[in-house]
Amino acid sequence: MTISRAHGVFCAFIAAAMAVPALPGAAQVAVRGGTIHTMNGAPIANGVIIIRDGKIAAVGPATQVQIPDGMRVIEAEVVTAGLIDAHSVVGLAGQFNEDHDQDQLESSSPVQPELRAVDAYNARERLVEWIRGFGVTTIHTGHGPGELVSGQTMIVKTTGNTVEDATIVPLAMIAATLGESAQKEDGKSPGNRSKMMAMLRDELIKAREYRDKRQSAEADKQPPRDLGLDAMVRVLEGEIPLLVTAHRAQDIANALRLQAEFDVPMVLDGAAEAYLLIEEIKAAGVPVIVHPAMTRAYEETRNLSMETAGLLRNAGIPIALQSGYESYVPKTRVVLFEAAVAAANGLGFDDALAAITIDAANILGIDERVGSIEIGKDGDLALYDGDPFEYTSHCTGVIIEGEVVSETAR
Amino acid sequence: MIRLLTSTLLALAATCPAAAQDLPHAFVGAHVIPVEGPEIESGVLIVQGGRIVAVGSANAVDVPEGAVLHDVTGRVIMPGLICTHSHIGRPSGGDGSSPIQPEARVLDSVNVRSQGFKRALAGGLTTLNIMSGSGHLISGQTIYVKLRDGHTVEELVYRWEDGAAMGGLKMANGTNSQREAPFPGTRGKSASLVREKYIKAQEYMRKFEAAAGDPSKLPERDLSLEPLVEAMQGRRIVHHHTHRHDDVVTVLRLSKEFGFRVVLHHVSEGWKVAKEIAEANAPCSLILVDSPGGKLEAVDLIHETAAVLEKEGAVVAFHTDDWITDSRVFLRMPALGIRAGLSRETALRSVTINGAIMLDLDERIGSLTPGKDADFIVLSGDPFSVYTHVEQTWVEGVLRFNRADPADRLYATGGYGAGDDTKPYLCCQDEEGAVQ
Repeated sequence: MTISRAHGVFCAFIAAAMAVPALPGAAQVAVRGGTIHTMNGAPIANGVIIIRDGKIAAVGPATQVQIPDGMRVIEAEVVTAGLIDAHSVVGLAGQFNEDHDQDQLESSSPVQPELRAVDAYNARERLVEWIRGFGVTTIHTGHGPGELVSGQTMIVKTTGNTVEDATIVPLAMIAATLGESAQKEDGKSPGNRSKMMAMLRDELIKAREYRDKRQSAEADKQPPRDLGLDAMVRVLEGEIPLLVTAHRAQDIANALRLQAEFDVPMVLDGAAEAYLLIEEIKAAGVPVIVHPAMTRAYEETRNLSMETAGLLRNAGIPIALQSGYESYVPKTRVVLFEAAVAAANGLGFDDALAAITIDAANILGIDERVGSIEIGKDGDLALYDGDPFEYTSHCTGVIIEGEVVSETAR
Repeated sequence: MIRLLTSTLLALAATCPAAAQDLPHAFVGAHVIPVEGPEIESGVLIVQGGRIVAVGSANAVDVPEGAVLHDVTGRVIMPGLICTHSHIGRPSGGDGSSPIQPEARVLDSVNVRSQGFKRALAGGLTTLNIMSGSGHLISGQTIYVKLRDGHTVEELVYRWEDGAAMGGLKMANGTNSQREAPFPGTRGKSASLVREKYIKAQEYMRKFEAAAGDPSKLPERDLSLEPLVEAMQGRRIVHHHTHRHDDVVTVLRLSKEFGFRVVLHHVSEGWKVAKEIAEANAPCSLILVDSPGGKLEAVDLIHETAAVLEKEGAVVAFHTDDWITDSRVFLRMPALGIRAGLSRETALRSVTINGAIMLDLDERIGSLTPGKDADFIVLSGDPFSVYTHVEQTWVEGVLRFNRADPADRLYATGGYGAGDDTKPYLCCQDEEGAVQ
């Protein structure tokens, strides 16, 4: 399965707007690194990266890449592509954990694909700055797990004063949840797994019929616009994936059955028991955004393993890592820390770094812009004073589209 | 699955108390971190009868004749980790009836078969302070437990010389313990209710003193006041949940007024009042989570707090608050402390001897010192590297976690069945499961 990279007119407009540097001259910088993990071939020892107009203009060994006179030079022991958090709710969920800053889940109805993430993302949220300080430059965020269809997700850079400044993909996926966390009580639906699947299938069938009528009927006989079905049609058309959070093996199997029935692009999320269904997931060609390695094991995640990311990756399943969703303390995890623990538990350094850079970019369909240090891609870099995964290393600098957004050692 | 169960049984059998060694065991070739005293490049650790017999460099310590030899070349050995604040075993304290319930005991509520104990051992923990929650001003009596093999809480709990269970008193202030009446609605009311109770306990204590042992003059027993008297007499340390700087200072004020010894727990804004904390000689047991917030009191939580307190001279430890953070990655917390400026020496102490000090157990545990309990861990590398795994956890000279054993490893990594509580104790059944 490949995820379509078609993102519509609005998206193209935003992307074009983002390509223009905010301040003339601000987006020029050179970085000299002891080790540069480009994620495009072997790491470069004693390398140089040149960023012009917010884009990578040159990368290579210091002996081959000349730094222009007068260009600002930043040095670091280790340089990676800006990190990508493949699934978060940061920006919709704020640090205070009070009603006024929690917009990641709307519980008035179990199926609301019309809820846009762009209308809820707070670019000035302090947690955005917090995770950026550790090297995270891109996040896939939006409506969280916890409702059968909770809403839309988006992809942003961890910078900007407004959502428009930050957005690179305004509609990335439609978020769905199968399993206990989407289950209702007191006679409300969905009250169990069968009902969840029935409601989700019904929604997709409705969207199919809606699409067909909209396409075929004469203008005056077309059904009225339905914002929710419009969004689901995007999934049916293969333009955006259905992001299905499912932890227990039976819920993952349900997701795969749904994918087979409707032939929609799908990304599995969480997937605590994915290690039980490796062959099935691989056969379905579905990538997995694996739960944070240190997420809490209880109820439907009780059987999670720190080794799941490694097991899936070694089986050839595309994976990415995420900070996930936290309802209390800490209010967000940091994907760098989760990747570190996954690296130490079977995933290994290279695959763990890929899971928060290029592999995440591939799964999110943004690999033409981010995820590796290659000429023409966005000038997003994370700088460290040692192995980025070591607890005692520091992130010494963060650059987004050529602008130094953090220089505090963290 | 059947194979898995069998290996679990074998692992249990291997750690039965009866298997505790009488022979000396010698661990040779590791980098030894005694915590009290300098690190030893290629060291030897001798244990026997559940105690540490000797520790030193290879040329300074003789391996006794007949000792069971463990070649741990390339490994790191350090004391078993101490968690000063854990909720493993789903302990309860007071119920919803009132904000002050010192009479409620964690001792009466811990499930020793919780898989949490296996995870704690997998993280290298050997001693826990198991506490009730922070939803009360005084939620009850905590217990200090040793993670030895046992199928009742009685077998795990540390005891005073008179046989009484050791533990502290859990208190809290700030927003967690504020709610609808009869719980307090404000900080002022919270402190007022606590002072009222301690003043009652002072009067109760005076009656005891006045009776001078004469049974006819003793006051009627009051289970809710006894633990407070013990706190004021110094036998029971107050473990006080507190986040905001003003709440921290309130705890210090109450501690001074009533003379109870206090350990400050969490102390998210401790960096704002570090001098006051150090001047009051109040040890701090910190939690370090990956981001600030999640609740209003924790929005000013920073990773530098341990370093700031260290600089002011306060005694610093870390705790898991399990399940807020996972015991299996406890060493990550002092490591992140180092990242934010804490010294390696204090980082090592913060999960060993400093925790022991906060539990009045520093003469028994917390360092690799001859005569102390043989609680130690064997690590694959430096304690503060993410790539290091706990390979073995020894409690009183008994191997309690062995990563090489698949049944133990399951709890270290997680996996199918790791979320289940441990299987019933089966020492008295044969291989077919029949009771002997």
